[in-house]
Amino acid sequence: MELKPPPVRRLPLDPPPTAVAGRAPASPFTGAAHARARSSTFAIDRMQVDDVLVAYGQKPAVDHVSLPIRQGEVLALIGPSGCGKTTLLRSLNRLTELTTTASQQGRITLDGADIASLEPTALRRRVTMVFQQPNPFPMSVFDNVAYVLREQAARRPKRAALDAKVREVLAHAGLLDEVEHDLRHPALRLSGGQQQRLCIARALAADPEVLLLDEPCSALDPQSTQVIEDLIVKLREEVAVVIVTHNLQQAYRIADYVAFMYLGELVEYGSATQVFGSPREERTKEYVSGAFG
Amino acid sequence: MSASAAAAPKIRVASSATWRLRDRIGLGFAWLLGLLFCAITAAIVIYLLVQGVKYVRPNLFVTHPAAGFDEQETGGFLDPLIGTFLVGAMAMAIAFPVGLGIGVWLSEFGRPFALARLTESTVEMIAGIPSIVLALFGTLIFQSPALGFLSRSAGGVVFGRSFFAAAAMLSFVALPLVVGSVREGLQAIPGHVREASYAVGKTKAATTRRILLPTARPSIVTGAMLGFGRVIGDTAIIVVLLGATLRFDGAGSTPLLGTLRGTGSTLTTYILQNAPTGEGNQPTKAYAAAFVLLMIVLALNIGAGLVSRQGKAMRWS
Repeated sequence: MELKPPPVRRLPLDPPPTAVAGRAPASPFTGAAHARARSSTFAIDRMQVDDVLVAYGQKPAVDHVSLPIRQGEVLALIGPSGCGKTTLLRSLNRLTELTTTASQQGRITLDGADIASLEPTALRRRVTMVFQQPNPFPMSVFDNVAYVLREQAARRPKRAALDAKVREVLAHAGLLDEVEHDLRHPALRLSGGQQQRLCIARALAADPEVLLLDEPCSALDPQSTQVIEDLIVKLREEVAVVIVTHNLQQAYRIADYVAFMYLGELVEYGSATQVFGSPREERTKEYVSGAFG
Repeated sequence: MSASAAAAPKIRVASSATWRLRDRIGLGFAWLLGLLFCAITAAIVIYLLVQGVKYVRPNLFVTHPAAGFDEQETGGFLDPLIGTFLVGAMAMAIAFPVGLGIGVWLSEFGRPFALARLTESTVEMIAGIPSIVLALFGTLIFQSPALGFLSRSAGGVVFGRSFFAAAAMLSFVALPLVVGSVREGLQAIPGHVREASYAVGKTKAATTRRILLPTARPSIVTGAMLGFGRVIGDTAIIVVLLGATLRFDGAGSTPLLGTLRGTGSTLTTYILQNAPTGEGNQPTKAYAAAFVLLMIVLALNIGAGLVSRQGKAMRWS
């Protein structure tokens, strides 16, 4: 069965030509501020998604998608619910394999190596993930980070040996100041925003090359959201960041590149300025202007 | 034009008076049954409490039981008391690791699917087998010459009654409870917590060992406590496989091993023996022992409740 996009309500997006003569179309987000300097300093290709199709049973969730993932940039995946954003994100570290009905075609490479040829545990240490719901392990703040630092099958290092590294990771995620006085504090007693930053710290503890974030702020209040957005923008210099978000303003604030997905297809991929400012595709235009989704 | 009168909203009154008579009778009946149930339970506990306080003497806990015709001669229940804990600990030493393993495998791995379903039904079936049937089956096993080293044997005939035999069959009584609580504890952990561990490159084994089992610990401990309570409350297996002898009757001269290979009793069989219908017929001793047994089981249940509540304090939003 061929999937057809549902008919969408047309809004008079373009003002009458007389009103905009000689002016570029204005961004719908002129009110929002960018959280970062726009100029892309440097960018290194880390991952390449090449014609990837992921299906649950017979139904394709991600339909022949290709895009690059670069360090030094934040890539935001946007689109309405059920468009395959999260599935694409999960296929990047082979978490889709945990779903028994999922099947995959196409090729995803990490630094040139096909991720299908890597050991899943090794891949997932290099491409770590933060989830929508803050989900620290029910143990202390220290142990949450130490759990990740302890390599698989290695001799378990003592707490004291890990102490400095745990502090470093927590500082990296901007959480150390708030938890330093008591690293044995149960992680589940932290606030939601702190829990999510602990989850980011946990993901960074594996020293990854790519950080995947699946709507990391959707369960948080605006203030915690801002703290995490600042953190994400800071992190993009050291890791490639891919963020799935429902929140267009958030994508506009923090993303350098934006991929708009709809019904499993990649409709448009481009710089945030371009996708939000002058989208090439009609559907993108409608989505970013709030006509549907 | 009276605009205010026209704009006044209708006030809707919801009242329980709208309940139909049949529903009200049903509700009243449910209440009545609930209260009746509480009353019966309270009656049992209070009756045993009163009887127990009347007949429990400190020296009952430290004197060996003896055969006799009156209260002075028959001694206390030291041996049954020790036997209770001994057989309970031994049964749990088997049931706990096995149940933990089965529970984890069913909940986290469960491959191949058909074998997992078969195991699941088997565990459910064991839970439904009356313990006297297990006991009978136990005699069949433990009277076999190959297992003669686990009990007394004379002239090639294996007696088949010992702490080993009783504990082995009693472990089947506790097993379904342990498996059930382990599975329940693991299944209460949301899937995204497992994924969080996989997403930082941990294996399923490491996730289970370091994250899931510690998280499910309260539930697992609860299961172990309830299992222990069930084991020490069983009578049939003790009568058939432990011999229900008044005192420990060891087989062989090795100190502990001899006792474990020999026969003995627990509080349940002690009560059976001393109940008005029993051979010993020392009702006061039976009441005292019943009181002690009830206190142990109640303590276990309350402890299990506390442990499981403590585990619920910390959850994901």
